[in-house]
Amino acid sequence: MTRTAAMLLALAACAPAVAEPLQPYEIVGDAIPAPLTQTPGDAARGRAIVVNRRVGLCLLCHSGPFPEEKLQGDLAPDLAGTGSRWSVGQLRLRLVEPRRLNPESIMPAYYRVDGLDRVAPAFRGKPIFSAQQIEDVVAFLATLKD
Amino acid sequence: MTSVVICFLISTSFAAEIPQDERRSGTAFMTRETQAMQEDDRANPGMLAVLDGEALWKDAPPGAKACAGCHGEAATSMKGVAARYPTFDEARGRPIDLEQRINLCRTEHQHAPAFTWETRELNAITAYVANQSRGMPITAGTDERSRPFVEAGRALFNKRQGQLDLSCAQCHDDNWGKRLAGSVIPQAHPTGYPEYRLEWQSTGSLQRRLRSCVFGVRAEPLGYGAPEQVDLELYLMWRARGMPLETPAVRP
Repeated sequence: MTRTAAMLLALAACAPAVAEPLQPYEIVGDAIPAPLTQTPGDAARGRAIVVNRRVGLCLLCHSGPFPEEKLQGDLAPDLAGTGSRWSVGQLRLRLVEPRRLNPESIMPAYYRVDGLDRVAPAFRGKPIFSAQQIEDVVAFLATLKD
Repeated sequence: MTSVVICFLISTSFAAEIPQDERRSGTAFMTRETQAMQEDDRANPGMLAVLDGEALWKDAPPGAKACAGCHGEAATSMKGVAARYPTFDEARGRPIDLEQRINLCRTEHQHAPAFTWETRELNAITAYVANQSRGMPITAGTDERSRPFVEAGRALFNKRQGQLDLSCAQCHDDNWGKRLAGSVIPQAHPTGYPEYRLEWQSTGSLQRRLRSCVFGVRAEPLGYGAPEQVDLELYLMWRARGMPLETPAVRP
């Protein structure tokens, strides 16, 4: 299978997050200060999500400090130093609803189910990440210090 | 004032179209090896479809004339035809693509069953017809009657869709040349369909390609032959107007 096919499958074929009501969250300034879950985010799990092209999708657009990962994207900023540039709450909002900060961003909202058009049946009503996956990825990105 | 603000928001939410002199065929984004494969008819796997199509052109369905029986030599009668498709069809009051035209010819004139979308036969006969226009500039969508359908296709191209909430334009107008994972994003000019894709290991249609991009953003793919899908084909061909047809193209 070629890279394009692998990429398209990676975009589309991953097991969607389980359909469950979204956790409410409060935006304060440019951040969501409070975690979405009781269970704290796990940075090791978060790293596994980020590098998994069928779950995180991150490396399709971003590159980052993942020397073992070939074929990283260059559509979006390098993830290195993310934890130095943003607080945990800022990272959370940037994953949950990035277009609230930049309406022109190509980054999808990872924790949103409304305002979307023509979603494929397998993904309808489901966010890209579960609340726990958001917390795990936030915990990992916070470790990426310059 | 409000309407001014809204207009401004709408206009800025649309991606800027690629200036005409910056347009490049997908061929330009390929490796030298893949370019060489496309350029050499003896190495281009899409030529197998063209040869299959030539046989179909001469092959009469039971009790009917072959394509050649009415149209004669395709090299003459079909020259330039594919460059005009999708084209406005008087009877249907809307544009139809080349596959649809071929199938209408089959059902209305040859009284034969339509070829199913994406079958070897339909891709082959389409590739053969389109190959007769290789090197000719695309003119589809430049007539007045096609205009509203070009605009409908443009709206679809610019519309965010799917769980990933991405439009075609956000990749192919705004970010062409960059890499989505390992793959260079091309400008999405449909200059060589039906084309041989290495990822498919077969020759396939533009509609198949559109459906896989839509699948990739986790949106519901449009059905083969759906009017919206043909509008999108038409817009893309109009967007590539003046660029030479390359059928059968080879793509990664």
